[in-house]
Amino acid sequence: MSGGNHDSYPDGKIREILNGVRTIAVVGASPKPSRPSYFVTKYLLAKGYDVIPVNPGHAGKEIAGAKVYGSLAEIDRAVDMVDVFRNSEDAFGITQEAVDIGAKVVWMQLGVRNDEAAKLAEDAGLTVIMNRCPKIEYGRLSGEIGWTGVNSRVLSSRRPDMAEQGAQQRTLGPTRS
Amino acid sequence: MAEDKQPGFDTLAIHAGARPDPATGARVTPIYQTTSFVFDNTDHAAALFNLETFGNIYSRIMNPTSAVLEERLAALEGGTAALATASGHGAQNLVFHTLMEPGAEFIAARQLYGGSINQFGYSFAKCGWTVKWADTTDPDSFRAQVTDKTKAIFIESIANPGGVISDIEAIAKVAQEASVPLIVDNTLATPYLVKPKDHGADIIVHSLTKFLGGHGNSVGGALVDCGTFDWMGSGRYPALSEPCESYHGMTLGETFGDFAFAIAARVLALRDLGPAIAPMNAFLILTGIETLPLRMQRHCENALAVAEWLERHDKVNWVNYAGLPSSASYELAKKYSPKGAGAVFTFGLKGGYEAGVKLVESVELFSHLANIGDTRSLIIHPASTTHRQLKDEQRAAAGAGDDVVRLSVGLEDKADIIADLDQALARL
Repeated sequence: MSGGNHDSYPDGKIREILNGVRTIAVVGASPKPSRPSYFVTKYLLAKGYDVIPVNPGHAGKEIAGAKVYGSLAEIDRAVDMVDVFRNSEDAFGITQEAVDIGAKVVWMQLGVRNDEAAKLAEDAGLTVIMNRCPKIEYGRLSGEIGWTGVNSRVLSSRRPDMAEQGAQQRTLGPTRS
Repeated sequence: MAEDKQPGFDTLAIHAGARPDPATGARVTPIYQTTSFVFDNTDHAAALFNLETFGNIYSRIMNPTSAVLEERLAALEGGTAALATASGHGAQNLVFHTLMEPGAEFIAARQLYGGSINQFGYSFAKCGWTVKWADTTDPDSFRAQVTDKTKAIFIESIANPGGVISDIEAIAKVAQEASVPLIVDNTLATPYLVKPKDHGADIIVHSLTKFLGGHGNSVGGALVDCGTFDWMGSGRYPALSEPCESYHGMTLGETFGDFAFAIAARVLALRDLGPAIAPMNAFLILTGIETLPLRMQRHCENALAVAEWLERHDKVNWVNYAGLPSSASYELAKKYSPKGAGAVFTFGLKGGYEAGVKLVESVELFSHLANIGDTRSLIIHPASTTHRQLKDEQRAAAGAGDDVVRLSVGLEDKADIIADLDQALARL
């Protein structure tokens, strides 16, 4: 799919992406627990994703218990989604790398937006999300974020989907078309 | 793919934030009358305390019943997040505690609920947060009070004791020029009548005790984050833009994006100051909110009928209700509050102070008490009660002079409301 509005995304599209990917490479992951990239890495790991931190300065070590790679090209398994924690300019080069390794989704974090990079990826058949945080989106669509008073913008009279383990763990629920 | 269709206000009032309980299927939000919540293991506990994962720890800081109320309020105001508190005063305290430090200033309208005037003039002054007063009917008066210490501007959308509508956009412009957030107390209007966010508000506060709860049974308050202020860009609000010591160096403005203010107010101010809303109160207020649209429609209809009747009465000197063409705020009311001018207004009796006292003591259906926004019609003499602790000139400036009687018109049959005032006025 190519083109489309990047100012807002239908909830169904976000849900489909987050339900459809399993392996997520987090480019720009920081080992510091105070950094947003650490939070997102840890949260996605807890939700059962195979999260691969990418950080050349930390290659071979661990972040939140996951092995760190130096670059996308060095990753030894198929990557579904590339989560970009770098600035909007750098996002172009990373998007190119994501296309090269055969990823299906390029996801740019809050404040990261590069429309040229989006076009490059979409022309190659990838799905692109920009200026969003997967932890916040998962929290929104599962309803967990509501526990902290955040407007999830989701209205439903269905029972929320719970995770198998854990008293306060929700899942996204099935994608309904 | 098509954009998600936005639900209407009436739908949000009933559903926003609420889903059936996953454990039992209970449709109505349970009252989680619990102080604490068990952890899965120590890692889970640590993740919760570090804000790495969403969840409930302790009801001073969050509670699942209150969370539904918070999401409901955020949705109704079009904000990104909200935080419910023990009272409106509590919400205001948390807002200012998050924004201010000793030596800072803020500009507030003089046309405010007497309780806010006291809070700003006494308790906030004690913290070293200095209020500079301005006139809500004169946006330039806010401009004149801006200094390099100004950190916020505060107004009421429909000002207590009623009759005055603020030109929110004009005052928002001043706030924008000064690069400070605009805080709007939307209590008398509720989001049904006025949407401060649409006119430039950055933070909205409420006393839920009033029209939102609507039934006079629960004290509560809330702040709503509109998600519009650039905390990181400003750099003048360190609680949001600097690494946070008590959260291992996390920068809240960076981690939580457009709902960072509400998070900061919760995990710093509410955590340390403690004005938590009781889950039972949150539940009752939520129930009240379900009928907010219907109630506000009837409140405004009834108030207009009563105001028109009073304006024609020979014992009444003046009526200050923005829904009347005679009001100085009539045009502003049509712009900002087109569905109605609210249900709280004042009037003055020709017999002055004594007549006001006699009237208040002669009503049978109206309840003489200190509150507004109940299904029941309410009456009070502000000068001797809600605005009593102010200086004379503050009282006058707030529209609560000696001869002023304030009504909060309820949902009874119009004929009965008017008949009660009729018989009471006849005794003067």
